[in-house]
Amino acid sequence: MKVMALTGNEAVAEAMRQINPDVVAAYPITPQTELMHRFTEFVADGLVDTEMVLVESEHSALSATVGASAAGARAMTATSSQGLALMWEILYIAAGLRLPIVMPVVNRALSAPINIHGDHSDTMGARDSGWIQIFSENAQEAYDNTIIAVRIAEHPDILLPVMVTMDGFIISHTMERVEVLDDDVVKNFIGEYNPKYKLLDVKNPVTMGPLDLQDYYFEHKRAQAEAMENAYKLIKEIDEEYYKISGRRYSYVEPYEIDDADIILISLGSTAGTIKDVVDELRLKGLKVGGLKIRVYRPFPRDEIKEFLSNASVVGVMDRAIAFGSPCGPVCLDVKASLQGTSLSNLPIVNYIYGLGGRDITPKDIIKIFNELEKVRISGEVPNLPRYVGVRGEENYIEQKAKLKIKN
Amino acid sequence: MANLKELSQRTVKFTAGHRACAGCLPAVALRQVTLSADYPIVVGFATGCMEVVSTIFPYTAWNVPYIHVAFENVAAVMSGVESAYKALKKKGKINEEIKFIAFGGDGGTYDIGFQALSGMAERGHDVLYICYNNEAYMNTGIQRSSATPFGAQTSTTPVGSVEFGKKQFPKDLTQIMVAHGIPYVAQASVHNWKDLNMKVEKALKIKGPKFINILAPCTLGWRYPAEKGIEIAKLAVETCVWPIYEVENGKYKINYKPREKKPVIEWLKTQGRFAHLLKPEYQHLVEEIQKEVDRRWEHLLELAGT
Repeated sequence: MKVMALTGNEAVAEAMRQINPDVVAAYPITPQTELMHRFTEFVADGLVDTEMVLVESEHSALSATVGASAAGARAMTATSSQGLALMWEILYIAAGLRLPIVMPVVNRALSAPINIHGDHSDTMGARDSGWIQIFSENAQEAYDNTIIAVRIAEHPDILLPVMVTMDGFIISHTMERVEVLDDDVVKNFIGEYNPKYKLLDVKNPVTMGPLDLQDYYFEHKRAQAEAMENAYKLIKEIDEEYYKISGRRYSYVEPYEIDDADIILISLGSTAGTIKDVVDELRLKGLKVGGLKIRVYRPFPRDEIKEFLSNASVVGVMDRAIAFGSPCGPVCLDVKASLQGTSLSNLPIVNYIYGLGGRDITPKDIIKIFNELEKVRISGEVPNLPRYVGVRGEENYIEQKAKLKIKN
Repeated sequence: MANLKELSQRTVKFTAGHRACAGCLPAVALRQVTLSADYPIVVGFATGCMEVVSTIFPYTAWNVPYIHVAFENVAAVMSGVESAYKALKKKGKINEEIKFIAFGGDGGTYDIGFQALSGMAERGHDVLYICYNNEAYMNTGIQRSSATPFGAQTSTTPVGSVEFGKKQFPKDLTQIMVAHGIPYVAQASVHNWKDLNMKVEKALKIKGPKFINILAPCTLGWRYPAEKGIEIAKLAVETCVWPIYEVENGKYKINYKPREKKPVIEWLKTQGRFAHLLKPEYQHLVEEIQKEVDRRWEHLLELAGT
């Protein structure tokens, strides 16, 4: 093990160097670019055996990765934002073909208006595409998750592609202390990739991606849903194995100061770190607050959500994306759906939409959120529509609504 | 070059039992191309009529490894497959010599798949790209593509009281591929199996990206009796509507020069999609087509230095 000072992008590139994929396809997009700069340096210096395919679009990046993976190679690509949006068609195909591709996604806002900074709109748009999604709080987690993702994707009872995300710039471009495992430890952990079916096995020809009509399509999709359920069961075993080689124990969710917490704030990615600091600060003042970070967003950790919210009086859910036209943000929707029909059906939940286009979320903002949740706890009055945090004009907007006697 | 007897003794890679129409010439193109490949091959396919008729789960007409991913990306998919091959060969995980063939219709090649094809060519992947060109989107119901001829009636260029069919001449994709500077580019036609066989054999021996554009008439889309397809393909070459030629490392060779170039009307009158052009009021359009065919042929002769 060695300790290095790495940005999130560099940490993931380091993980990729150790994974040593057979094929990597890439197309430049901010803020993912530096990840591939670093990785192509490894290629240039002969530190990996990877065939680089520097394609002419993200659509082709994922298509080439799909081809390489189907051929029988360990294949990766990485992207952000518009790149992920352009891949959308092939995301579903990669999952439907059950190809264990690992793709780091450096989260960035979606156009329009064009914006290069971090929010979760890009991956949230792909949340139902059949990919496993793992969110990283910092550079260390981005590194660890990338290595773990290989094992999850390639598990014979899963065989699904995995996105490992980190917040654009906030994590991707911030230098942190990262513990990097020894190369051979990673090599042993991920093992050799030897899929059952591969195009390059010319003696045993298979047809991949056939037309599949009313008589079988549904069964194949049902099996894909089952693979996601298998992932939900098996990820913890792989995380446990990783703990043994790294000393870092991960799970679907990470509770923080939750045991006696009345108020729990749920979040993904880098914001979870900020929430931990605020929790510490408020705890010193005697407030019973806690944080719950969702690490594995797909498959959604419905049981853990139930378990860790069971003693809460009120819950806030942070969404760094808008699900336009939906009653609340995507994370909140999943949390609410997980509690529906359980003893926690009536747990007050407030949705906070924040940080779009890379807008900072500060400890002050989070203190305000906890204070508001405390008011909700006392008054029992729960806003049923999302609250927008740190957006210009929001206060006036709420006042105006109050004048017009619009509820929420 | 393999003779007919040798070809007939090879294991068929694209087998019978697929669901193509009677008289489907793209199916003939597939069979001829894959039969000409005397190597283990991996086939990639763009979405299109031949993809649809050859692989309805749980059946497949493919006796070789085959992958279909989407409409616009077969060149990118095969770039990935070929890169995997290079990587695994380097690591000693594969020893056989395998060849890679990407197939796309004209829609999947001239139009939606053009960017991926251009990228594959520029990057120099060792893949043979075959365009089976039936000059429209036949799979979705005969809509115009950029390969559709001037004046042709399609579902999206219907002939009406003020419209005469497609108003543009087809994009010359073969020339565009030549401009990529790749080692081998050719045009072929299904009626001349010997020429096609020679081109596929030659292409597969060359390292790097190769492109062959095969004219493959479609009985439904072009509207002619099913048994007439080969004759019509031949007429396309005799009229110089579709010259067969090859460009090897930039050097042109015209594989067939008609002793007497037939007038384009001979080709037009064999197909229902051009039926309206035979009316006297469209005489000027036929002349316009003849002029363009002549211009392109003269230009090709010039390029070939003849």
